[in-house]
Amino acid sequence: MSQNPYHDDRGNKDASITKRHGVGEIPTRKGGKSRPAPGGPFLIGDAMTGGYGKGPDILHDCTVSVDRGEIAVIVGPNGAGKSTAMKAVFGMLDVRSGSVRLDGEDITALSPQDRVAKGMGFVPQNNNIFTSLSVEENLEMGAFIRRDDISGTMEQVFDLFPILREKRRQAAGELSGGQRQQVAVGRALMTRPKVLMLDEPTAGVSPIVMDELFDRIIEVARTGIPILMVEQNARQALEIADKGYVLVQGQNAYTGTGKELLADPEVRKSFLGG
Amino acid sequence: MDLLNAIVALSNFVLVPAIAYGSQLALGALGVTLIYGILRFSNFAHGDTMAFGTMVTILVTWWMQSAGISLGPLPTALLALPFGMLGCIALLLVTDRLVYRFYREQKAKPVILVIVSMGVMFILNGLVRFIIGPDDQRFADGERFIITARDFKQMTGLEEGLAIKTTQALTVVTAVLVVALLFWFLNRTRTGKSMRAYSDNEDLALLSGINPERVVMYTWMIVAALATVAGVLYGLDKSFKPFTYFQLLLPIFAAAIVGGLGSPIGAIAGGFIIAFSEVTITYAWKKVLGHALPESLAPDGLVQLLSTDYKFAVSFVILLIVLLFRPTGLFKGKSV
Ligand SMILES: Nc1ncnc2c1ncn2[C@@H]1O[C@H](COP(=O)(O)OP(=O)(O)O)[C@@H](O)[C@H]1O
Ligand SMILES: [Mg+2]
Repeated sequence: MSQNPYHDDRGNKDASITKRHGVGEIPTRKGGKSRPAPGGPFLIGDAMTGGYGKGPDILHDCTVSVDRGEIAVIVGPNGAGKSTAMKAVFGMLDVRSGSVRLDGEDITALSPQDRVAKGMGFVPQNNNIFTSLSVEENLEMGAFIRRDDISGTMEQVFDLFPILREKRRQAAGELSGGQRQQVAVGRALMTRPKVLMLDEPTAGVSPIVMDELFDRIIEVARTGIPILMVEQNARQALEIADKGYVLVQGQNAYTGTGKELLADPEVRKSFLGG
Repeated sequence: MDLLNAIVALSNFVLVPAIAYGSQLALGALGVTLIYGILRFSNFAHGDTMAFGTMVTILVTWWMQSAGISLGPLPTALLALPFGMLGCIALLLVTDRLVYRFYREQKAKPVILVIVSMGVMFILNGLVRFIIGPDDQRFADGERFIITARDFKQMTGLEEGLAIKTTQALTVVTAVLVVALLFWFLNRTRTGKSMRAYSDNEDLALLSGINPERVVMYTWMIVAALATVAGVLYGLDKSFKPFTYFQLLLPIFAAAIVGGLGSPIGAIAGGFIIAFSEVTITYAWKKVLGHALPESLAPDGLVQLLSTDYKFAVSFVILLIVLLFRPTGLFKGKSV
């Protein structure tokens, strides 16, 4: 994986001495401080270049942003670096050049934890729920940094995703794919984030459930939370997007409003199946 | 044939000792299973952690005894126990700071932590022997028995006696309290839930704003407290000898794995399963069978399946059998 000798487990497969489930991959970072950087969009990963650990660059001069009241969507082929761009914006990997700015502050140096405290919410592509915790506990953990009464926010999440209210005592790992994604989004909403980042929130769910999820996401956006999301279902996502990015090999290939991209013949041919 | 006497003899020689021993193993296994579940490695230094906590408790007990402080019929060690816990917590936090944290920052693979814990084990081993010496220490005082065999015989008029040591009763009561407290903590409190969340998914815990260093710190503190309680109860019941505690690692690990590593309930069940197997298989059944069977069938030999020298083999045979049929342990741990 990398040159770090501590990352070599020497072929150990013995689960009775080590537990692999849930091992963290986010590298430990000594968080720095944020600096004022007024102007620009609400959240922007600006000209980011970087990769994992000491490995090769995956992102090349990649820019993604979302403004107040917007839904911004990142699409692109598999392995294009969409998830990597999201992680870079969240500080889960080092950007070697470029910057991340949130609400008039340069937060490039902040650790992921500090970004949570700054009001960023993130639903990762994989392992985005606590499977062994109940639905309710998942939501409680989402609100971990809050010290005030969270019952109101929990009610809002239950109103948004009524099925979760029914299943609140059930272990989240026992739910269906669509319900898990609702838990994942609900968990991120519990902090009352200023901006929400979703990495493929509709991965692995049926078309009906997907439509349902899109509706819910629009509903969240209407409450005033800007949403930056990665989507596999490019056409549908671009239809609801105020802003769209097509990433190819870690670079911005096309950028525009959702409508513009849907209308662009090049984009249609290469990414939307004609 | 005399069933009543058989039952009393069985209780006296098998049930009561096995319940006490099982509680001690369960407390030890809980510590092991918590570290496995939350810090993700098998901590080979756990036996010696128990020895360290117990040693501090013993030293404070001796000081209290010399200062004339006592708890009356209860062992003075109970008063010294909180100090032992504090000492053990300090030890584990310092160890974490000096040793484990480095590997955590490197995101070292858990198997490396297993080997690291082995190094910690040898150092603690030496430290304890250096401070208190390698010999057997007794530190139990107060009333030795709640009920002696002779009193029981007089009371009931039975041929067999049932003795219950103060330390045995104390062990069971303490274990029940500690386990109830631990489960309440893990399932009901914010901090407890954050520890379970971290155990389930480190990265998502971080993205939820849970501070991993905090979780790790609380884990070590709880483990230190559990290890000290387990060690002191074992020492009161039997005696304290550093080497014995090092060896306790074997049945404790067997218990944690049989129950399902990472599962607290499993650790408790495993503790009792191992304790009961060890005691029943190494117990000479002549007396019980003599009472239970008709005269003509009464055994001549001792009817001891294995000599007590082989008691550790018992744990491992049980371990093998359980793992053959249920690789994740009885209470589906997180080992697979
Ligand atoms: N943890 C990782 N370590 C090293 N390389 C990675 C890691 N995750 C993804 N990559 C590499 O980064 C590239 C982009 O991956 P990713 O961002 O997941 O793509 P997408 O989300 O667009 O499908 C791929 O070539 C992948 O192999
Ligand atoms: Mg992806």
